[in-house]
Amino acid sequence: MADASMVSPAKKTGRAFSIRKQTGFTTMAIVCFFLLYAPLLPLVFYSFNAGTSLAFFEGFSFRWYVAAWNNDLVIDATIRSVYLAAAASSIATVLATMAALGTTRTKPYKGLTAIYVMINQPLMVPEIVTAVALLILFASIKAATNYHGMAYLIIAHTAFCIPFAYLPIRARLEGMDLSLETAAADLYATPWLTFRRVTFPLLWPGILAGMMLAFVISLDDVVITELVKSSGQDTLPTYMLGQLRRAITPEVNAISSVLLAVSVIMVTIFFFLNRKSS
Amino acid sequence: MVSSVKSSAGAGKSKTTKTKSSPQEIAIDALHVTKIYRGDTDVLALDDVSVQIRKNEFFTLLGPSGCGKTTLLRLIAGFEHPTAGMITLEGEDISLLPPYQRPVNTVFQSYALFPHMSVAENIGFGLEMLGKPKSEIDRTVDNMLELVKMTELKNRQTSQISGGQQQRVALARALAPRPKVLLLDEPLSALDLKLRKQMQIELKRLQHETGITFVFVTHDQEEALTMSDRVAVMSEGNILQVGPPREIYDHPAERFVANFIGDTNFITAGLVSIGKSSAKVKLPSGKTVAAALPQGGISKSDAKGKVTVVIRPEHARIGKAASNSTLSGTLQNIVYIGTDTHYHLELPKGDIFIIRSQNQRDFEESHRVGKKYGIEIGPGAVQVLRD
Repeated sequence: MADASMVSPAKKTGRAFSIRKQTGFTTMAIVCFFLLYAPLLPLVFYSFNAGTSLAFFEGFSFRWYVAAWNNDLVIDATIRSVYLAAAASSIATVLATMAALGTTRTKPYKGLTAIYVMINQPLMVPEIVTAVALLILFASIKAATNYHGMAYLIIAHTAFCIPFAYLPIRARLEGMDLSLETAAADLYATPWLTFRRVTFPLLWPGILAGMMLAFVISLDDVVITELVKSSGQDTLPTYMLGQLRRAITPEVNAISSVLLAVSVIMVTIFFFLNRKSS
Repeated sequence: MVSSVKSSAGAGKSKTTKTKSSPQEIAIDALHVTKIYRGDTDVLALDDVSVQIRKNEFFTLLGPSGCGKTTLLRLIAGFEHPTAGMITLEGEDISLLPPYQRPVNTVFQSYALFPHMSVAENIGFGLEMLGKPKSEIDRTVDNMLELVKMTELKNRQTSQISGGQQQRVALARALAPRPKVLLLDEPLSALDLKLRKQMQIELKRLQHETGITFVFVTHDQEEALTMSDRVAVMSEGNILQVGPPREIYDHPAERFVANFIGDTNFITAGLVSIGKSSAKVKLPSGKTVAAALPQGGISKSDAKGKVTVVIRPEHARIGKAASNSTLSGTLQNIVYIGTDTHYHLELPKGDIFIIRSQNQRDFEESHRVGKKYGIEIGPGAVQVLRD
């Protein structure tokens, strides 16, 4: 990055204005990246600690990864997290796809903007407010029905996953040439065939991207899960939160590192899918 | 033939020479079609338009952007529905049919090729949607590829072929289901000049070979004159004149038509007498000349004794100033453009009259700027406008 300022002016003539030339801009960018990523480094670093300390490195070892792997509670929470994220992101993606079609493949109608805002409501309402609201609602349902299963968590996660699935799908639909669907209709394809043969195959990367984003968001959620879950329904994040209240060992670092790796991989795939679309 | 106020011009001549018009001969018949786009402000895109498009003809809708030509095309295709009026296809009312139930196909300006399908799959799409058997689809696709000379690119993805090739695939795709009418929405506008000229001839050939009615939309007057059997000139939601290219060019009925197609000299003249197909007009120079009247004629009350006449620059010659010249003016400018030379002459009242003269090889320019010259106008070169 620092090398950029060394590039001779002749090579930069392509762009009249470059924000990089502003004094301090590059420095500011470096500071921001440092603040974002520096805290993660010790976390990952100490997950490989052979000792029990989070402050003294006593040698390299996979000990805590093995410990986590052999911890039934961790495995149980992991399976529940993946199950929950898969269910919630799938349902959310189906709903988000329908919503995206309904907001881009219609003649503009009154209240379209309002609907757009409503779909994205979970992005704007503070999570703790949604969590408390769900806690109260579900508590009364639990009391009335005596049902304490996973449905509550799936419904709650689906709800806040919708906008994350919706946004990439909508972006893909908006970037699509509308005349493709017109052309299909012109070539004797009924509306359903037009969707199946033209819209859907072209929308597919957007749907996949939306689903992966929703999956990661669900996997990481703490606040809503913590307030909605019944006893014995710990997900990986809430299990870790519980552990932190007791003794901290590098086992938490190891789980966090794995979670981090999964998120990074999925977000990377998401970006590649999105780039292919443009 | 259903009479209409503005579209009757041009139909008359060829109607009598060919066969009598009967319902079977008309491909598209638009009757008093009005289209209003509703919105914050309503837009009147088509204002009571009536036009007939014959079977097997290359018909062009010509006009500037916003004149309603694309709207009319979209109404024929079924992408929009008329606010009022009716469109029939071979006598059958199709005004309210969805696009997928009309035997009409479109070549889009953006080509709109399906990016996730190969060239062959694109061309076969229409037939596949019609539920044709695979053997028939394969055969037709091969024929179409041959027709547009694209056989070797059959299995390419559409992103791997050039713009001109995409154009041919779009044509083949629209022709494959053998529509009764092929609609072309400015399909050549994205091509460079040389390729465009080539495709103009290619399109004409395809129309001949397939015998399908082509309805072509363009804002390029040269394109319209080159390819069409008949041209409809449109402006502000109206069809001003319909006729063969030669008639549109030589006998424009309205100022807009004369101005939009080719270069024109407009002169205000006095109406001396009016006959059946021609009139006598008095030019500002005092000379009285014969002038052709537009199809449908003019009424004297319209003209109030004054009419506008048009003279094409190539129908006038520059000559010696003489008292018996039809017009005369002072030479202001000589513009050499290779094939031709343009002489700009200022008439006594200050109007500029342009003469176009074809150049000979090694021709010595003898005319001098600032001198007075006569303007000789050949017989039949003066055309009276309706307005």
